[in-house]
Amino acid sequence: MDCDGAIHRVYHYLDGEMTVWKRRAIKRHLDDCPPCAEGFEFEIEIRRVIAVSCAEEAPAALRHRIGEALGLE
Amino acid sequence: MADQAEFAELAMPFMSGLYAAALRMTRNPSDAEDLVQETYLRAYRGFNGFKAGTNLKAWLYKILTNTFINTYRAKQRRPQQETLDDVEDFYLYRRIGGLEAVDAERGPEAEVLDSMPDASIKEALEDLPEQFRMAVLLADVEGFSYKEIAEIMDVPIGTVMSRLHRGRKQLQTRLWDLATERGLVPSGSTPAGK
Repeated sequence: MDCDGAIHRVYHYLDGEMTVWKRRAIKRHLDDCPPCAEGFEFEIEIRRVIAVSCAEEAPAALRHRIGEALGLE
Repeated sequence: MADQAEFAELAMPFMSGLYAAALRMTRNPSDAEDLVQETYLRAYRGFNGFKAGTNLKAWLYKILTNTFINTYRAKQRRPQQETLDDVEDFYLYRRIGGLEAVDAERGPEAEVLDSMPDASIKEALEDLPEQFRMAVLLADVEGFSYKEIAEIMDVPIGTVMSRLHRGRKQLQTRLWDLATERGLVPSGSTPAGK
């Protein structure tokens, strides 16, 4: 597995949607190639930042309205 | 009613996540609240058809997605954004200077991400064309698998993969634009030829 091969499969790898064999091949490449490993880390970081930034708390009024509509309150 | 109590106990914990997804879909807090309320009502009415032990979270997001498409999308018409094909892999990383500066001890790349305001990141996601936005949202914010997203969006897994791939790349181009507009990266830091 070379750099292009690994980078091209970054999403499948990070999504955990890949065979164990391919996974190992990529892991071996990352162990030997710090620049690629750092790039993979960066992609993980992007996801973390997106997930954190896009988290929301449901407004209390909405919670109350839904509870009422369902006859819970 | 036992069913009602059971539904509430199982489904209410997902409300904040559903509301976050609804906000990114409708881009409007009042529509998002209505969408979530409608989702809960429909889910409650259909709860008898839900098989215990199967994936309640995915089932709720499917109802949310269908309700959005059938009820709210009509009034969401925006000019169709162009979609970029062929965005290179590692787009943002390369722009920010990764791969080019291997000798740096700890690159500034992660700091650039951390310095982006939440509002900019939400804006970048909301700017994506709808099909890409939903796929990225379901995978990267909600953590669903390809198979679950395929069921929620009612498309083949191959379509999910392609939407995710293109959506994530396009999101990176938007994040880069926002970072440069806001001066979060030094101007002229773009590696030549990329």
